[in-house]
Amino acid sequence: MSAHGEAIGKGSGSRRTKDQSFRVALLVAVGISILLLGVLLVDVVADGSGRLSWDFITSFSSISADQSGIQAALWGTIWLMAVCAIFIVPVGVATAIYLEEYADETKWYNRAIEVNIQNLAAVPSIVYGILGLAFLVRGFFDLGAVVLAGGLTLGLLVLPVVIIAGREAIRAVPPSIREGSLALGATQWQTIWKQVLPASIPGIATGVILALSRAIGETAPLIVVGAATFIAFNPEGLDSRFTAMPIQIFDWISRPSNDVNNYRPLAAAGILLLMILLIAMNSVAIWLRNRYEQKW
Amino acid sequence: MTDQPVTEPQDRREEEQERGLSQRIGVRQDAVAGAPAVDGPAGGPRGPHEAIFGLEEVQVSYGPKPAVRGVNFDIGKNEITALIGPSGCGKSTLIRCLNRMNDLIPTARVEGKVLYHGQDLYGAGVDAVEVRKRIGMVFQKPNPFPKSIYDNIAFGPRVLGMKGDMDEIVEHALKQGAVWDEVKDRLKTNAFGMSGGQQQRLCIARCLAVSPDVILMDEPCSALDPISTGKIEDLMMELKQDFSIVIVTHNMQQAARVSDKTAFFTVELDDEEHRSGRVVEFDDTEKIFTNPGDPRTEAYVTGKVG
Repeated sequence: MSAHGEAIGKGSGSRRTKDQSFRVALLVAVGISILLLGVLLVDVVADGSGRLSWDFITSFSSISADQSGIQAALWGTIWLMAVCAIFIVPVGVATAIYLEEYADETKWYNRAIEVNIQNLAAVPSIVYGILGLAFLVRGFFDLGAVVLAGGLTLGLLVLPVVIIAGREAIRAVPPSIREGSLALGATQWQTIWKQVLPASIPGIATGVILALSRAIGETAPLIVVGAATFIAFNPEGLDSRFTAMPIQIFDWISRPSNDVNNYRPLAAAGILLLMILLIAMNSVAIWLRNRYEQKW
Repeated sequence: MTDQPVTEPQDRREEEQERGLSQRIGVRQDAVAGAPAVDGPAGGPRGPHEAIFGLEEVQVSYGPKPAVRGVNFDIGKNEITALIGPSGCGKSTLIRCLNRMNDLIPTARVEGKVLYHGQDLYGAGVDAVEVRKRIGMVFQKPNPFPKSIYDNIAFGPRVLGMKGDMDEIVEHALKQGAVWDEVKDRLKTNAFGMSGGQQQRLCIARCLAVSPDVILMDEPCSALDPISTGKIEDLMMELKQDFSIVIVTHNMQQAARVSDKTAFFTVELDDEEHRSGRVVEFDDTEKIFTNPGDPRTEAYVTGKVG
């Protein structure tokens, strides 16, 4: 056997040990998060699966825990998400288009906008609640604690997420497509509307769904805005009082201790329903991305 | 926009010429009246052929230093004009001035005069969108839109609001682009499924569909194999009957094969080691390749220097 043959047969012991230990460390890191999620899931399923039924979905909140359901909160959440989506899609996409296609990055105010949007994405959600309370519920708009105010507050909260996702989707469209379009005599707006936006819709849609799935679980801003904790009717319009699923869940688990054993399964069932909605939304986002993503 | 059907590009161009140039590139009348006089009648021939472009002391800068400067030559109607020279000599920069594609780069600045039929493309009141309608461009890498073959061609006529039977427009353009026979049975399929050479001919056809006056080609064959390159060169020879073509190429044989006129560029270093491009020689292609007037041209075209 030649010297080279012996060399590759032996290998360096310490290098291999190092390689293996990093592998293990990474696996442990993954394991911790999976384990936590697993514990949470098992606990919630154990508590709530018994209560999750069609009756639970179609009943209103009641003084008696046995007869309580989540209908008002489910419809409240659906209304909020609809308002939120109608608000964030045009405003978020328009902002993303401006920043990617029009803004001159050498101008200080455009850079300031950009930095601020990044910052807004990290502002605690309760601050948006206070903003909603001060300007939408009371103050300038004076809407009251209604669906419109709640939906717009959530919209403001997740708007940065949509803008950032939208910008990434728009940036992924190669400059050569814009050049090809402009070279034919298309205007900048025609180029954006007919080439850039259609090519970036899958990315934008994914961003919108992920933003909505963040909004659907938000509790704090809705509490500040003044969502009701106990109502037995569905919202009938934008000016209707409302409650939402996270609020309802929070209400159930914060009942006095003599009631807690009755209400805890209700809360767990609510959490399960919310998680099912979330998984469904995220699945649609993944499907959209895989199905329509443009390979350049 | 004109109401003329695009299936008669020749007629349309002639009629437009009668209507006057100022209208064609969207210049306001007052801007024309105030335009500085150019030597000779506007758009008149300076060489044996009618000039489409007249370049006068053109200089293009990105930032403070020029990328190419001191460019003076005319580009003739129904001719193929090749721009050759080593990398970094500014030929691509220059060709992108001819349809104001450099407008997309915020730091780009064009000085001197780029006269198109005697009208300064960078004059006050000239609309870059109108300019690009008439001066089409084919790029280095084929850039079909992520749409069907049909929609790739139809896009231009649609955004320009052209009237006429779209099926006919598409068929005519694809035939002009010498790609019809290969794609006529799959017009509704995605253009990304075509080969590179077919994609590039599609891009040429797409450009022809809006009946331009001039076609600018920025190294159109650099991403293609020799057979596809041959097809595009044949196509260019056909197209020059109806269009004027400017081509940037790294391939000297290509320039020698297809072009009527050749401009040879070189890179010069100034005192501060800044590189900028200059035209060394502009002449009939035959002369450039057989009997160049400048030793630098000769060294380049004979392959002594790259």
